[in-house]
Amino acid sequence: MNLHTPSLRAGPDANGHFGAFGGRYVAETLMPLILDLERAYVAAKADPAFKAEFEFLLKHYVGRPSPLYLAERLTAHLGGAKIYLKRDELNHTGAHKINNCIGQILLARRMGKTRIIAETGAGQHGVATATVAARFGLPCVIYMGARDIERQAPNVFRMKLLGAEVRAVESGSRTLKDAMNEALRDWVTNVHDTFYIIGTAAGPHPYPELVRDFQSVIGREAREQILEAEGRLPDMLVAAIGGGSNAIGLFHPFLDDASVKMVGVEAAGHGLASGAHAASLAGGRAGVLHGNKTMLLQDEDGQITEAHSISAGLDYPGIGPEHAWLHAIGRVEYQAATDVEALEAFKLLCEIEGIIPALEPAHALAAIKRMAPGMARDAIIVANLCGRGDKDIFTVAEALGVTL
Amino acid sequence: MTDRLSTRFAACAAEGRAALVTFVTAGDPDLTTSAAILRALIAAGADIVELGMPFTDPMADGPAIQLGNLRSLGSGTRLRDVLAMVAEFRREDDATPIILMGYFNPILAYGPARFAIDARAAGLDGTIVVDLPPEEAAELVPDLSAQGLHLIRLATPTTDAQRLPQVLAGASGFLYYVAVAGVTGANAATATDVAEAVARLKRSTDLPIAVGFGVRTPAQAAAIAVNADAVVVGSAIVDTIGAAAAERANDIPARVGALVAGLAAAVRGARLAKEKAA
Repeated sequence: MNLHTPSLRAGPDANGHFGAFGGRYVAETLMPLILDLERAYVAAKADPAFKAEFEFLLKHYVGRPSPLYLAERLTAHLGGAKIYLKRDELNHTGAHKINNCIGQILLARRMGKTRIIAETGAGQHGVATATVAARFGLPCVIYMGARDIERQAPNVFRMKLLGAEVRAVESGSRTLKDAMNEALRDWVTNVHDTFYIIGTAAGPHPYPELVRDFQSVIGREAREQILEAEGRLPDMLVAAIGGGSNAIGLFHPFLDDASVKMVGVEAAGHGLASGAHAASLAGGRAGVLHGNKTMLLQDEDGQITEAHSISAGLDYPGIGPEHAWLHAIGRVEYQAATDVEALEAFKLLCEIEGIIPALEPAHALAAIKRMAPGMARDAIIVANLCGRGDKDIFTVAEALGVTL
Repeated sequence: MTDRLSTRFAACAAEGRAALVTFVTAGDPDLTTSAAILRALIAAGADIVELGMPFTDPMADGPAIQLGNLRSLGSGTRLRDVLAMVAEFRREDDATPIILMGYFNPILAYGPARFAIDARAAGLDGTIVVDLPPEEAAELVPDLSAQGLHLIRLATPTTDAQRLPQVLAGASGFLYYVAVAGVTGANAATATDVAEAVARLKRSTDLPIAVGFGVRTPAQAAAIAVNADAVVVGSAIVDTIGAAAAERANDIPARVGALVAGLAAAVRGARLAKEKAA
């Protein structure tokens, strides 16, 4: 890193801002809690015992480190850059979400909280939260949009098996944003005993920071692994973006490495021009929702518009504030992939690598399909395979016109 | 400029009573009816009106006001329509304070500076922005102050002694005490808890204290009016609007007026009733 350039890894500032984004836009009832959480997190970060327990659980309970796998057949098929997949879909519960949940439940216990709530879109974060709640013996309520419950039935059942209560959210678009509204309403009502485990690197400060820190294990491992495999840093990192926690987890440890290009892939749904998409950077404006200032899909009056993606995990009209900032300063390039492109990439990975990816990372694979062929054969791409596709087989079957 | 809020609070204090603050979402169920409801509130005895600015994602509101927001947005209400409605109302009533209440994003989209100028021109007195705590208030306060508008601060049961000075720094107009930790329309706080909280807040500020959240009935309003400078009722009124709208009633303003008249009588008589009981 250049000593004359300030680190891009230093954010947020003391008030939780990443440039013009981030902050703490919450009701006054929640402010003392947010400030408490910040103090507790600062103390936890400085406590070697907290770090040791986090790392122990990641190793023995989650199964980390996840492999960094050279996808040889995919590489040969695309005929360009070497493609490595960071196999976070092999984690316990099948996605990267568990990394963050382990960190947050340790914080909850440290703060003496006795009840856990969370929002979920695809259900991956809900499953991961229900899992850690079971592991630590805490009651758990998961808010999930009624529409997502319909399209993610297996994950709903998993959460119930794990002992969580799943509450269907019928308001608004009945998807992730509405689940988050409802979780915030629960939190403000049960401030004395409840810890809200937010699933992505968004929400009021310090959530974007602490979720990023817990997910940065992805990038730290990938960095070590690629150095071991190739003796050098990758040329490009690629990750799908909904709220953006898997992407920031991969990107953050590399932000000061100017030679590493980074590409975040938003969900273009039916296409950016169709208006039915979830690309808040490509098609949104700065605004305030769910406790932070960030890029949002909204109309000219500041009313939040509905996002669309075939992937329930990307179906959110906002994005984590650090991504909004990285977009504004141009450090990360953000692209978009449509439902159709994601489905094609999904099928390709199944057929050519024997890996069924979740629809979320299928968006990252779709961008790789576009970019890799034009890159040199000695170029290296590391993509985050942040979730496995078991949960998505019904959605994919429907999209392909197959009746199960 | 004459400050309508301080004038109205002084007038109520001179009568030895608390003020009744009523909340409705502007444009609920539609703009024409909403304008008539606004007049009905005041005719029935509301001293101050909070007008909700509709928003798609009212995170701090319970089901009643969520639905009010949806009805308003569903009938096409925009922030500029709300301002126009207030401007129209000001032609006949230049004394009743009107506060806009809502979330920050619609104001941000409108542009804070333009919002403040247009709000002043429309005859508004201030605004409550639920998701703009003191930490982020610098994005709006300078523009509001330049127009002589108040940003009403909120204190809650979680606002401890350490936090209160920050809430009060730069507070003006009145202090809104959110009586329960929860969303609007939630369960009521006990009269004793509210009385203690009001007493605690009064030791730290000379601003009038308005108490809201969970106040639905005349009896609840009266209990709070004994100690507080103002009582805020919202969800009970919005529920009445919602129920009437659902049956496509054409007498929504009258039904709202009847409800508010009962609340106003209770608030006006509260301290007298308390003295008699003593």
